[in-house]
Amino acid sequence: MHIVVCVKQVPDWDIPPSSFKVDEAAKRVVSPPGVAPVRSQFDEIGVEAAMRLKDQSPDTKVTIMSMGPEEARDAIKHSLAMGADEGLLLTDPLFEDLDWYQIALVLSTAVKKLDAVDFVICGRQAVDWDMGVTGTGIAELLGWPALTIGKDVQVNDGTAVVERVLMDGFETVEAPLPVVATVSNELGEPRYPKLQQIMKAARKQVTVWSAADLGLDASQLGEEARKLTLERLYIPVSDSECEIIEGDTPEEKAQNLARKLSEAKLI
Amino acid sequence: MANAILVVGEVAEGALVPISAELLGGARRLAEGSDQTVACVLLGSGVEGVAQEAIAFGADEAFVVDDPALTEYNSDVYLQAMLKVAEQLSPAMILFGQTNLGRDLAPRLAFRLETGVIMDCVEMTMEGGRLMATRPCYGGNARAVNAVRTDPQIATVRAKSQDPLERDDSRQGQVTKIDAGIDQAAVRVKVTERKGMTAEGVRLEDADVVVSAGRGLGGPENFDVIEELAGALGAAVGASRAVCDLGWRPVSDQVGLTGKVVSPTLYIAIAISGASQHMAGCSGSKNIVAINKDPDANIFKASRFGIVEDYAKVVKPLTEAVQREKGG
Repeated sequence: MHIVVCVKQVPDWDIPPSSFKVDEAAKRVVSPPGVAPVRSQFDEIGVEAAMRLKDQSPDTKVTIMSMGPEEARDAIKHSLAMGADEGLLLTDPLFEDLDWYQIALVLSTAVKKLDAVDFVICGRQAVDWDMGVTGTGIAELLGWPALTIGKDVQVNDGTAVVERVLMDGFETVEAPLPVVATVSNELGEPRYPKLQQIMKAARKQVTVWSAADLGLDASQLGEEARKLTLERLYIPVSDSECEIIEGDTPEEKAQNLARKLSEAKLI
Repeated sequence: MANAILVVGEVAEGALVPISAELLGGARRLAEGSDQTVACVLLGSGVEGVAQEAIAFGADEAFVVDDPALTEYNSDVYLQAMLKVAEQLSPAMILFGQTNLGRDLAPRLAFRLETGVIMDCVEMTMEGGRLMATRPCYGGNARAVNAVRTDPQIATVRAKSQDPLERDDSRQGQVTKIDAGIDQAAVRVKVTERKGMTAEGVRLEDADVVVSAGRGLGGPENFDVIEELAGALGAAVGASRAVCDLGWRPVSDQVGLTGKVVSPTLYIAIAISGASQHMAGCSGSKNIVAINKDPDANIFKASRFGIVEDYAKVVKPLTEAVQREKGG
């Protein structure tokens, strides 16, 4: 079985909100100096899901695929250290500022070019834009089923079985391979690579493909071909300052808060 | 129908679910002052009776796709049905709730129709017939405004972000049936098991008031006072990620990026510092109240009211004060 896991590197957003900055003119998040990008956490869970399948069937091949700048190589190397077999970096100036349709187009085209892929695993959403559509998009463009937001991923006799997280419960769905699955944090913590694995992964070659390697060009990946536009990006400011409720005793503070809530018709 | 905003309505226990009424209210406001109409489509089995309810909540007309195959959600089956609906009605816009159904089906439909989709919108306006949809991103730290260039414009909308209209049963509208015509041979996905989570009390996502607590509580036993306060407020209880990681509360109680996303009218955060991870789950709340002994805690920046105090000294008195206020 050949599994491809999509891994994205994102700006570290879990920083003190005071150091989170947006360049509104460029419509981009600006990372503070010295803060390195991180692996999108749901994608690491995707790697973990693939490694659990490989634990069960050691002849499984796991390829880590990342689209992004040269630094995305770090995310691939980390996943290789977790036990994945091969790394593929999709990098090209044309891959910058894509919308989700274009992202899914690039990733699905790479899956087609790879050798006989049975299973694509993605995080349920990337923690930068939190859109949560890339996995489904890859599936649609490949014509495969998508089993989304999984907490458990199994393969039995050529059928993928995924336990999905619903807002009010769980459901088990299955579909014959090839499929795309997206995974959620309920699957469990991703394994941490051992030093020896990190050193081994550092020596592994990562394949690099450009847009031309995938047969894609500006007619599909240019600004004009976007289906979605980003009109604005900003940091929301709360409309009002927090009113600190005072009182001589905790009881008085509590009473004053209850009165405020009542006056504001919130209770 | 090229000027219709189509709301995908959902039905539970024979009635329109609240998010669908909210969507109809939101769609009506988008259509205001234009020639756009609001339509609602209901997919399911035995859902025809709910069509009138959709009209009462603001739809100009309703479409019903009634088929036993649509009894429970199956992505392959529902996609087929929605493709038929989209083909027959060619709406300008399709709005889903950010629900189990919406978050799975909306992107699938968008890619199949080769159009764009905007997920989990919290604000919607119309500019020249194009939807301008605002959505939280970067763990709630930022907001993005997106638009879809292609038709139909597809979006999912967060629960409680739109106000429903007052139900008006005197509203009239046409109800039209659409044949689902499901091709079972093309259905690859099979749903084999479904387990409900039997949450006690009010469901987090539906609650109008949520009381959440963090690791600052010191132990699971201290949730008793939190539950008492929630009881007095008729609120659901939430928790921070740390609390759930420690096993003090079930994972299903977790509010945050990797948990539930809630947007109640009132969110009371107790001993929660307000890390981005948590704010991603509650920043859509209309009013946040923070109780924290650290005056510099980030949560105060997002709060309308705050008390700087050890929670252990203030929560019990607050419960009593709330009971007095509600009683009086």
